[in-house]
Amino acid sequence: MSTALLDIAGLTKAYGAVIACDHVSLTIAPGEVHALIGPNGAGKTTLIAQIAGERLPDSGRIVLDGHDITRLPVHARARRGLGRSFQVASIFPRLSVLDNVALAVQAHAGHSFGFWRPARRDEALRGPARATLARVGLAARAEALAAALAHGEQRQLELAMALAGAPRLLLLDEPTAGMGPTDTARMIALLNELKGDVAILLVEHDMDAVFALADRISVMVYGRLIATGTPAAVRADPEVRRAYLGEDEVA
Amino acid sequence: MARRAILATAAVVGLILPLAATASGQEYLIGVATRILILALAGLSLNLILGYGGMVSFGHAAFFGVGAYAVAILAYHDTMGEPVLTWPIELAGTQSAFVAWPAAMLISALFALVVGAISLRTGGLYFIMITLAFAQMLFFFFVGLETYGGDDGLSLWARSSAGPLDLGDPATFYYLTLGLVALVLGFKARLVAARFGLALQGIRDNEQRMRALGFATLRYKLAAFVLAGAVAGLAGALMANHSEFVSPALLSWQRSGEMLVIVILGGMGTVYGPVAGAIVFFTLEELLSQWTTHWMIVLGPLLVLVVLYAKRGLWGLVEDASRARPLPGKEERRGEPAS
Repeated sequence: MSTALLDIAGLTKAYGAVIACDHVSLTIAPGEVHALIGPNGAGKTTLIAQIAGERLPDSGRIVLDGHDITRLPVHARARRGLGRSFQVASIFPRLSVLDNVALAVQAHAGHSFGFWRPARRDEALRGPARATLARVGLAARAEALAAALAHGEQRQLELAMALAGAPRLLLLDEPTAGMGPTDTARMIALLNELKGDVAILLVEHDMDAVFALADRISVMVYGRLIATGTPAAVRADPEVRRAYLGEDEVA
Repeated sequence: MARRAILATAAVVGLILPLAATASGQEYLIGVATRILILALAGLSLNLILGYGGMVSFGHAAFFGVGAYAVAILAYHDTMGEPVLTWPIELAGTQSAFVAWPAAMLISALFALVVGAISLRTGGLYFIMITLAFAQMLFFFFVGLETYGGDDGLSLWARSSAGPLDLGDPATFYYLTLGLVALVLGFKARLVAARFGLALQGIRDNEQRMRALGFATLRYKLAAFVLAGAVAGLAGALMANHSEFVSPALLSWQRSGEMLVIVILGGMGTVYGPVAGAIVFFTLEELLSQWTTHWMIVLGPLLVLVVLYAKRGLWGLVEDASRARPLPGKEERRGEPAS
């Protein structure tokens, strides 16, 4: 896979004696939906945080679209096309829903040292923001205060914010966490629509969502990737069954 | 409606106050009002970083004090006929408002740049402590600065000269201060609704999210901090002129706390809040201190009530009342999220 969008090699991160990320290597092709699964504490969120730049790896390399981003700060990676959602919905509660997404547009529209022109009347920001809200099904809530949204809507909003920057790669940390069946189904349908447009690295516990969406799946246990492959291959992998799917049944 | 009525009333009262005070023989009120406006200006600058940027600075009086000292020291050298600096360039003192006040703003801004560049890398309690520490350092620096009066402070011979304007005239000085407050208010109203203001509010709400979106947040916080420092410096320059005296007390942590109280009482993150806060705070002080020296007994509980029940302060209440809709759309109301 020489044309990989994301190429991670030998990524290692230790917290004291605990190795949260142990020589992880992974590639994601343009447009691929790659699911990352594994039991709690396997290091999935640590891996996402290193790709996003919130944690720096002890060693290893992260290459996005041919550029080494291993040491870049978070915002510089975002500007290179990395979008992200967090495990717990991360929004601007005291701003309107539309403001939230417009800020995401603004992040990619040059600098923000505009001191005079009203940003809320700037169609270059509001137009794309409205379009993105419509895309995730939140158009009717544009003027609501973000804090007033229901949980599922906040996750949709977060996705809209990640999408507004037209990312090449989306890092989604449990986008269906805490959702009921209806909201989960809607989120899966939404992500399905994005398939092909944008590559997605998806951390998810909901196996229905994983098998419905993923082109490939990687399984992480104790900081190590023990398998990567198509959903069918991973499902059949005996080590995966022993280490992860088996445990899941016990739990 | 309430909002417009209050703003219109305040504008009218603000404009006719010197005339009314003179007519009724209560000229001292002009001075009282001037002082309130100067501290409102300081509050406006603090609100930019506190209310819109979420940066709880407990050392804002430092920038205020630096501005005041800048004016006083320049004036001192002018009257003494000694240069302020002889190296690397010779710099004479001045009493001109057109030179000294921008200089005060510039020096305060530079000081804010240094303090901000160091302290903005931290957050929460650490930020509060570091800004307080810087302010205290500066406080003791001026206490020890014997050349300029040290602990005793430094008197000005006269107010700054400003071309045709005689700042020694209370009404003239009042109107100039009022004009500057109006100017800053207008600029701030534009600023907080512009790209920079929205970015600042995003950082206040969720800095991690802002970084993940692609904002280099430190840059915007620092710019706001420097801007706030410059405006606080202007307020300090006005205060030095108003009292024709500066002392380290201008930089005390109590003064920083007073600024926080003004902003919180009036309404964090509202454009007019700090002005309302300054007016209510000092009017209460003025009225109540005639009855008792323990006027804080009334103000304390008022502040507690505001913090508990009106998180966006007195002006937040006014805005909510003006925005109230006939339809039951409670969740749409602006205010604190229930977290």
